[in-house]
Amino acid sequence: MAVFYILLLFVIIAAIIAVETKNLLSAVICVGAIGFGGSLMFLFLRAPDIAITQIVVEVMGLIILIRATISRDLTFISGDREFFGTVVSVVIVFVIFLAGIHVFDTLPDFGTAVFTQVPDTASQTYIEEGLERTGAANLVAAVILDFRAYDTLGEATVLFTAIIGAMVILRGKSRKLLEDPD
Amino acid sequence: MPYALCFLLFMIGLYCVVVKKNMVKIVIGILVMEYAVNLFLIMLGYRMGGVAPIVGQSELDPSTGGLLSSFLNASVDPLPQALVLTSIVISLGSLALMISVCVRVYGKYGTFDITEIRRLKG
Repeated sequence: MAVFYILLLFVIIAAIIAVETKNLLSAVICVGAIGFGGSLMFLFLRAPDIAITQIVVEVMGLIILIRATISRDLTFISGDREFFGTVVSVVIVFVIFLAGIHVFDTLPDFGTAVFTQVPDTASQTYIEEGLERTGAANLVAAVILDFRAYDTLGEATVLFTAIIGAMVILRGKSRKLLEDPD
Repeated sequence: MPYALCFLLFMIGLYCVVVKKNMVKIVIGILVMEYAVNLFLIMLGYRMGGVAPIVGQSELDPSTGGLLSSFLNASVDPLPQALVLTSIVISLGSLALMISVCVRVYGKYGTFDITEIRRLKG
């Protein structure tokens, strides 16, 4: 698992660079590093389906992000918000971090799945009966397409709504309305 | 310990959303938070020395056709994996929506700086 920890640290460093760099294109490339590092981490966590999906989504997301940042004359950013506000924000985020880290004391240690600590969980049922009840060898596919198929239907609805929203925002007619006022 | 590092990743994203004033930086902060939450949910279902929740030919009992107990006691949790799969795809849709808002704001105001976008008209 040493590689997993190295990847986690790599992702955190990439996130810090993505947040702090002044060049927007560098920030977008660091987001790519986070995404692909995360994909490798999912492989180490025995989740190959997530890893594959993460790679596909990451490539498409990077294309979208680069579309927003490339060929803009103002890709460099200057200055943060005013000093006092930044300090207050950092202090509040740090306090939330210190308080929230105690939540993890109530969880079992890393490497002990939460669902094994409780009797009769849904996950255990899916593992035991997924193959014979759905016929799917991949239990993740059994869950998303059979046990929780309505969830996938909702996902498709949300995705469709988001794409419709993006098309409405980007279509040419409203752009014409915005360009000449009144 | 990995939970704490994952939470640190989430907090980096939150800091980015709260402090930065560039719109694309705020979108990047939201993305980092999404990665952290997805990773945390997958971590919750991980078993040390576990196997992926995919039934191969070697996991089947040759005499009865049922699953071997070595698979039942080592498979990682398939439920968070299925839900995170949903969440990842939805995050792509929301990213497209956020970036299209950014592109339109840039087209109208010529800047990504949220403190300079003040001329809000209907």
